[in-house]
Amino acid sequence: MTLTRRELLKIGGGGVLGAGILPFLKVLPAAAATDDVIVGVHGQTINSLDIHRTGTNRPSYQVAVNCYDRLVSFGTKTTPDGGLSYDYSKIEPELAESWTISDDGLTMTFKLNPKAVFQDGSRVTAEDVKWSFDRAVSAGGFPTVQMKAGGLVRPDQFTAVDDETFVITLDRSSKLTLPDLAVPVPYILNSRIAKANATADDPWAMEYVHKNTIGSGAYKVVRWDPGQQLVYERNDAWTGGPLPGIKRLVLREVPSQATRRALITRGDAQLSFNIPNKDAKELSGDVKVFSTPIENSIYVVGVNHKFEPFQDPDVRKALAYAIPYEEIFQAAAYGRGNPMWGGSADIDSIDWPRKSPYSTDMDKAREHLEKSAFAKGFEVPFSISLGQTDWMEPTALLIQESLAKLGIKSEIDKIPGANWRTASLVEKRLPLHLEGFGGWLNYPCYYFFWAYKDGHLFNSSNYRNEEIETLVDETLHLPVDDPDYAPKVKRMFEIAFEDLPRIPLWQPALNVATNGATGYEYWFHRQLDARKLAKG
Amino acid sequence: MSPRLKGILFRMAQAIPVVIGVVIIGFVLTRALPGDPAVYFAGAAADAASIAEIRKTLGLDLPLPQQFLIYVGDLLSGDFGESISTGQPVIADLASRLPASLELTLVALLLSCAIAIPLGVMAATRPGSLIDHACRVLVTAGVSLPTFFTGVVLIYLFYYLLGIAPSPLGRLDFIYIEPDRITGFYLIDSALAGDGETFLAALRQLVLPAITLALFTLAPIARMTRAAMLGALSADFVRTARAAGLTGRTVRYTYAFRNALLPVVTTLGMVFSFTLGANVLVEKVFAWPGIGTYAVEALVVSDYAAVQGFVLAMAFLFVALNLVIDVTYTLIDPRIGFEAS
Repeated sequence: MTLTRRELLKIGGGGVLGAGILPFLKVLPAAAATDDVIVGVHGQTINSLDIHRTGTNRPSYQVAVNCYDRLVSFGTKTTPDGGLSYDYSKIEPELAESWTISDDGLTMTFKLNPKAVFQDGSRVTAEDVKWSFDRAVSAGGFPTVQMKAGGLVRPDQFTAVDDETFVITLDRSSKLTLPDLAVPVPYILNSRIAKANATADDPWAMEYVHKNTIGSGAYKVVRWDPGQQLVYERNDAWTGGPLPGIKRLVLREVPSQATRRALITRGDAQLSFNIPNKDAKELSGDVKVFSTPIENSIYVVGVNHKFEPFQDPDVRKALAYAIPYEEIFQAAAYGRGNPMWGGSADIDSIDWPRKSPYSTDMDKAREHLEKSAFAKGFEVPFSISLGQTDWMEPTALLIQESLAKLGIKSEIDKIPGANWRTASLVEKRLPLHLEGFGGWLNYPCYYFFWAYKDGHLFNSSNYRNEEIETLVDETLHLPVDDPDYAPKVKRMFEIAFEDLPRIPLWQPALNVATNGATGYEYWFHRQLDARKLAKG
Repeated sequence: MSPRLKGILFRMAQAIPVVIGVVIIGFVLTRALPGDPAVYFAGAAADAASIAEIRKTLGLDLPLPQQFLIYVGDLLSGDFGESISTGQPVIADLASRLPASLELTLVALLLSCAIAIPLGVMAATRPGSLIDHACRVLVTAGVSLPTFFTGVVLIYLFYYLLGIAPSPLGRLDFIYIEPDRITGFYLIDSALAGDGETFLAALRQLVLPAITLALFTLAPIARMTRAAMLGALSADFVRTARAAGLTGRTVRYTYAFRNALLPVVTTLGMVFSFTLGANVLVEKVFAWPGIGTYAVEALVVSDYAAVQGFVLAMAFLFVALNLVIDVTYTLIDPRIGFEAS
């Protein structure tokens, strides 16, 4: 997307952009020009405007959220620190006005909002929804995997009955389908524009959508300079919710943490997204800081069952008792997030993440180690990712120091970011390592599906337990209010804490600082949802 | 054809094997990088099938020699490939980022020379004096303070505390629109467009990062000027010139300084090339969209096309730079031949 100065001034002269042109007038000082503009800073790069594209990175998911609509969305709730958070328990309309699910749970019928229009003014029809869903399941890679989680696999599952009626046919009934329609991936594109820009080699218009936003969402991207900035502009015809309180959001990429901190403290940036825990602790008071614990996410120590000493349950328990949890939580997380240790042994709820029954106790650790075949200790490499040293390095150092007291010698092995995924998740060859999976769909069974099932991606510990395999399969699609659900999930927790393939440390937090902006809302996808932002 | 032009053409022809070598080495080295881009770019929840699919889209499933042939074929048709980490064609990335880096580096070097060369000359003409010691202190401080530290301190002082510097937000504050692209250098483009407002804004953004870099590059230039000047001043021809009764000024600047310039220009060339690649930290601190950050980010994620494009662009730049330095030699010292023989 390019917008030259001449074009921009031309549009401004025509009065189409109205007041929105003001911030770009050359002579106005920043402060005077920003009545309805927010400047945000973040440290990452947006590399595509299309979440379906191969290689689209996480920070780019926000474009799907801000510029497109899905059929449904989640509700909003207030967090204990006074901020906003999405509400997983409430599914609300976005493009769909209403929906019905057949008694057998296999047919979902959506009625589209007849007032919904794309940003070019044309109506959003069921045909667009069908085309967009077909695209998501056919694109391959991450979007296809995410669709599959909700049981959406093949184009023949989607039918556009008439302009306003869209039907999904499922192979099995699952509680995951409806929430999976509210994640960023199944967004609705303007299929007419997309098809006009498709070619024989590129039937899904990947090249065009990569650089242009053609949705019906709250904003459109008016300017994108990769590696520098992204400029959102409000879509005044948005029907998916209350209009954003600002005309424009200028999101600048500032790689240096120190610079971002200076900008937000001075108030030249009104929002700093994903600030380090240390800054979150030190800045609160000067500016407004929101630290929201990330749902369904835990930082854990991965204990690989392929590695011989870790096949001994007593060694794993010795480890769990030897970890200096509190020190780690203070040193690596600066107290942001939730502790995940020292819980009760009695599993009384299906809330997840939940505190493990372990806490730091060197005597118990020694006791367990002496019972094992490795009473004299052993040597093990402790692997961390160079890309996540901010929390992994202090954590690993503290654990290393503590394990040394038991006679377990570990050497910290730092693996480059590009290698980390392959080594830890694909090859699963790291005996002792750190891991931080978080599930988008907020169900314990979904977490266990990815992190505890044999061969699944985030099960970096090569863990296999027959009972867990069965329990996960049984609970994954079962409604939460089913009488069988809670007992089965509790049993999974029990086994997980007994077998300890992953030793929970803490639940991380997403930190966002604002100085002159309101309406920041936490979302499970951990990207900036700008739809409620306003100045103030 | 004049001998000098012939010489230049000959030197350019010599660059061809260098570039071929760089293409091969660049290709092999990127493939030797640890990490699998297909896995990395497949995203968080990808399964084996989607990774294989991405490997195929990226052309990484083919045998290496075949990948190389495709790469060379693309290069010949001017296609540098597409960077997966920025999602842009590499050529577009380079075209936007190289001028940013060049502009910053050149301004910094100009600033650095404007301080370092007079300083070096003065220190050499009065060795052991106060100015000589001041010069020593300044260059030692400049070289021993890491650039990211100087950068952060400058931001803290001039932006955070005093509020006189503009927000360290890259090449232009967001309220300005970048000038119509002619050279990619904002200063030049805005001057050409006659847009004084944008010119000043771009200059304001440049000041702090340029000072940071200049402080760092001061040392080699000042030291080299001082040493070369000392050498020249004690040379026979200077003694002869003095004996012949020429004024101190003529001796110093017409005879000694001109002769001392050769090693200074050589140093300048080296400093320039290493600064261009090494100012990653300055770029990060000032959110400068330069080539150094681009290359480092690309390396971290094994973004092959971007790394290869960067290596190639740098190779061309160095070849051009060496040529410029050699031509400068002949201008400074006519005794240096530049003939094809």
